Amino acid sequence: MRHKVDGRLFGRPANQRKALLRGIVTALFDNQRIETTVAKAKEAKRIAERLITFGIKGDLHSKRQVLSYVTCRPTASKLFNDIAPRFQGRNGGYLRIVQTRNRLKDSAPMAILEFVDYESVKQAKGKAAKTEKVEKTEKKA
Amino acid sequence: MANPTHRHSRARRDKRRANWKGQTPNLTQCPECKEMKLPHRACAACGTYNGNKVLEIVEK
Ligand SMILES: [Zn+2]
Repeated sequence: MRHKVDGRLFGRPANQRKALLRGIVTALFDNQRIETTVAKAKEAKRIAERLITFGIKGDLHSKRQVLSYVTCRPTASKLFNDIAPRFQGRNGGYLRIVQTRNRLKDSAPMAILEFVDYESVKQAKGKAAKTEKVEKTEKKA
Repeated sequence: MANPTHRHSRARRDKRRANWKGQTPNLTQCPECKEMKLPHRACAACGTYNGNKVLEIVEK
């Protein structure tokens, strides 16, 4: 029995599952907003929120914790310099999942995973972020 | 090996299949564009959820 065993397995071995989630979380920090399946979004959300809290804390140990998870260094510095300051004073709940549609190929329920202040980020960026299309497919990195 | 011992008549087969029913989705009205949409989902017609623009709708 696996009663009360938390977390999703995604039908993958542990190493591939870890790599998948690291890729999703890194892509989220890079793009501010990503589209994935609802299950992957929910799983990535809890990891990403923990990393953002590390970002707000900002000490050396936090930096090492983040660097050990995120797959590229520039993304980690982006988390500490751009993302974390926006959430100063907020205790969790940095991310939002909006369920959208069922994917065309396999009817998997899809969702958008974004920062709760995405609207203001989008306005600041202007045109750059406005090109987001519905057709955009799943990001795995 | 476990195998059916007797053939079922068409009537029994069809009575079994008579219970395979579809379900009507529980739709709600989009507060923005009044189109019917699935609850807890972004509206497929106008791309909003809770008043936020979530999706860019592209015409094909
Ligand atoms: Zn609508």
